[in-house]
Amino acid sequence: MAPKYHGVDFYALDSLLSEEERAVRDTVRTWVDDELMPVIGEAYIEGKFPKQLIPGMAELGLFGANLPEEYGCAGLNNVAYGLIMQELERGDSGVRSFASVQGALVMYPIYAFGSDEQKKKWLPQMASGKVIGCFGLTEPDYGSNPSGMITVAKETKDGWVLNGAKMWITNGSTAHAAVIWAKTGALTDANSIRGFIVPTDTKGFSAKDQKGKLSLRASDTSELVLQDVHLPKDAILPKSGGLKSPLMCLTQARYGISWGALGAAMACYDEAVSYSKNRLMFGKPIGGFQLQQARLAEMLTEITKAQLLVLQLGRLKDQGKMTPQQVSLAKRNNVNIATDIAREARRLLGANGILVEYQAMRHLANLESVYTYEGTHDVHTLVLGQEITGISAFE
Amino acid sequence: MTTVLAVCEQRDGALRKVSSEVVTGARRIADALGGGAEVEALVLGSGPASGADQLGTFGADRVVTLTAAGFGTYAPEGYARAVVDRAKAGAVVVVCAASAQGKDLAPRIAAKLATGLAADVTDVVVEGGALMAIRPVYAGKALLKVKLTGKPAVLSLRPNVFTPVPRPKAGAAQTVAVTIPAGRVTVKGIKAAEAGALDVAEAPIVISGGRGLKEPANFKILEDLAHAFGGRAAVGASRAVVDAGWRPHADQVGQTGKTVSPTLYIAIGISGAIQHLAGMRTSKVIVAINKDKDAPIFKVADYGVVGDLFEIVPALISEIGKLRG
Amino acid sequence: MKIAVCIKRVADSETRVKTAGDGKSLDDAGVKFILNPYDEFAVEEALQRKEKAGAGEVVVLALGGAAAQETIRTALAMGADRGILLQTDTVPADGFVTAQAIAAELKGGGWDLVLFGKMAIDDYNSQVGPMVAELLDLPCVTAVAHLTIEGGTATAEREIEGAVEVVQCSLPAVITADKGINEPRYPALKGIMAAKKKPLEVKPVSLSGGAIEVLAMLPPPARKEGKIVGEGAAAIPALVKLLREEAKVL
Repeated sequence: MAPKYHGVDFYALDSLLSEEERAVRDTVRTWVDDELMPVIGEAYIEGKFPKQLIPGMAELGLFGANLPEEYGCAGLNNVAYGLIMQELERGDSGVRSFASVQGALVMYPIYAFGSDEQKKKWLPQMASGKVIGCFGLTEPDYGSNPSGMITVAKETKDGWVLNGAKMWITNGSTAHAAVIWAKTGALTDANSIRGFIVPTDTKGFSAKDQKGKLSLRASDTSELVLQDVHLPKDAILPKSGGLKSPLMCLTQARYGISWGALGAAMACYDEAVSYSKNRLMFGKPIGGFQLQQARLAEMLTEITKAQLLVLQLGRLKDQGKMTPQQVSLAKRNNVNIATDIAREARRLLGANGILVEYQAMRHLANLESVYTYEGTHDVHTLVLGQEITGISAFE
Repeated sequence: MTTVLAVCEQRDGALRKVSSEVVTGARRIADALGGGAEVEALVLGSGPASGADQLGTFGADRVVTLTAAGFGTYAPEGYARAVVDRAKAGAVVVVCAASAQGKDLAPRIAAKLATGLAADVTDVVVEGGALMAIRPVYAGKALLKVKLTGKPAVLSLRPNVFTPVPRPKAGAAQTVAVTIPAGRVTVKGIKAAEAGALDVAEAPIVISGGRGLKEPANFKILEDLAHAFGGRAAVGASRAVVDAGWRPHADQVGQTGKTVSPTLYIAIGISGAIQHLAGMRTSKVIVAINKDKDAPIFKVADYGVVGDLFEIVPALISEIGKLRG
Repeated sequence: MKIAVCIKRVADSETRVKTAGDGKSLDDAGVKFILNPYDEFAVEEALQRKEKAGAGEVVVLALGGAAAQETIRTALAMGADRGILLQTDTVPADGFVTAQAIAAELKGGGWDLVLFGKMAIDDYNSQVGPMVAELLDLPCVTAVAHLTIEGGTATAEREIEGAVEVVQCSLPAVITADKGINEPRYPALKGIMAAKKKPLEVKPVSLSGGAIEVLAMLPPPARKEGKIVGEGAAAIPALVKLLREEAKVL
């Protein structure tokens, strides 16, 4: 059946999309309406990722959608991939995070840095959702500064031994395989960082869900502990090397998140518009009052700008010209305006806006995580600052 | 002598109520065409159907029962052939019901006559000697006024709209045996849905429930309310509760369910999604009961009561009971 | 199995319906067009039948303007093998004219099954399927909510008032699909990409004649503004009084 949510398109941007891109977007939009929206409120309150959706997502082809067909993936271009993220996050940031991790942070590094055997072994299973993955970079004491990580991988006669801990890992407790980044040399040597595929049932590997989250509740966020985890030689991602490798993965994910945050903003705006037309106060719809109109006008303006920004970013990526700094600008902007829009939408909804039946507050809470993860807002500010001036202000 | 053919419908040897609506519609057309046009009510079956003698009351000049082996149950190809043969003997208009059977039969009749079908019509007029029909389109959001130029013209009438009006005519009955094979499509049997259940598309009163009922067992209070109307009410359902498996699809009112046009439609615990409204917006009178005063259903309803349906419906049952003494 | 599925591009049911300048048709500015929901059931049924048979071809046919190619591609994305567009700028008001064009295209095609949705959600005509069956002289069952095919015999269940009718016929046959017959699949994203490469033939047709002429498209009669009678059970006596004396329905 056709989607019930109609998106936001004030500048006729659909005309800039190809028929396939629109078809991809519409299919995911309908799927989210039919399968995700009915269950997300409850999943969020219970604090559980709706695992029952995984087979449906896989069948649709949502995992690693922009990776090549020879690995069982959809082989879509990057604008289509972005539209998928947009529509998933229109549903929920936690669910979109699941797909981002699986595609951009697990399948992508295997695709980019793995051997042919690794690609053939893991990618089709991950595309089909049989194997869920997670990305282990962040540590309890090393978030914005991943180069300081203390997880180590010592080479042995038969392979590797990994020791360390990771934190804030999406999909950690559900994953069958973890892509773990560890230093193979001295702790001061960030160039010795390599990637490893760690089956999560390996002795010494454990994952525990972090409790007490007030954001991204429909997502599994875990601590990972690696205690003398022995891996065979071929567990390493042979073409990985240095911090550059995980950062390349993050660039992929951040690209998707720029679209995703926009999707959340569109959902909040759409809900606010509908509410403002139907909610009567003082004898007329609240959409007839100046202050509410100002809110809605601001939202629409920022959404339209964000849409154009991210569309061009996608076209650049498809041309092979996209730079990480361009992604930083998009992630920083789109997440920032999305948090504003979610907050203003929540306020427009009045008392109803605190109920889970309405989306705004759930998006508002989620977007705080999105603001912080994948490079905080402030980190991306400094990335741009360095790009503009040539001077690093990180330390 | 011009004839307007009214194709009636029988089940198990008894005429279905929609037949009197078809005759009423045919009578209206015949009177509008003037020139002494006659209404011939056509019944297909294995023998005379009970209730056929009433058709004269609603304007049938004659009632012709066509019988053949295999006509006892609906035989799509045989019925179509029989009606078309009859129509070719001077009918200018063929009128069917847009019932389940009619929606299957009317297109076959039209195609055999190599002409078009104005389906699911809610009004007919004759203007300047030409037959016009009004039919709802786009889920009832618009009405199309169409001119039928076929000879004969074929149309099907939406059930529950052409309220039977007494316009007594002779209604002389005759039975004609025809040698027409039943055809290649055979009705093997009829599985009864529920004993005595009135179909939502034909009941004069429809009481529909949605997710506000909270659980399937609570539909009992709607069934009690239907009961309070003394056999004239059917219980319908919104898509949400049908999809959730609480109610059968046959009860679903809405775009992917049934389009209904009862005299009284009571929407209980239904918010009023567009797809639902599509199925009931042509009801004569709409009452909505919902705890949310901003629910879209109130925009379409003639009368609304805001509050807890679990308190309101019992009060309504009691009040209706008082009316019936 | 060789299966033909006839589909239609229709306006989404959420469409705000405005009459175009000619006074007779839909103003399509800003209207979203989709594959007719009942046709989705038909496409899904065709795909399932072909998959069950292990071999065969599902051909999707539409009659409409050039934009209907997108609708055909939606069906190709679901898994149909090839598409045919009978291209015409105006879809006839007379379903029989449409049926004639479709039957002419399908004639002699050696189809095991010809599937339609039971009706289109724009014109609510419910007629093209059985009319095509007449023209092709094939048995036809309409509004099928459940279908089994065994050894060349189709057994169909269709809803009638208050009951379910069980109908049988031999293949080849025309079936029009109703909700309940299956659960249409989402076009997989891979399917959307594959659809681009599948054959889609565009054949211009010129249609004329017909016995139904649209004179006007009118808004529905305005319902009188409704009123909230009151709150809670206390409002019931007033409601019943109004239904009795004002609306006169009790």
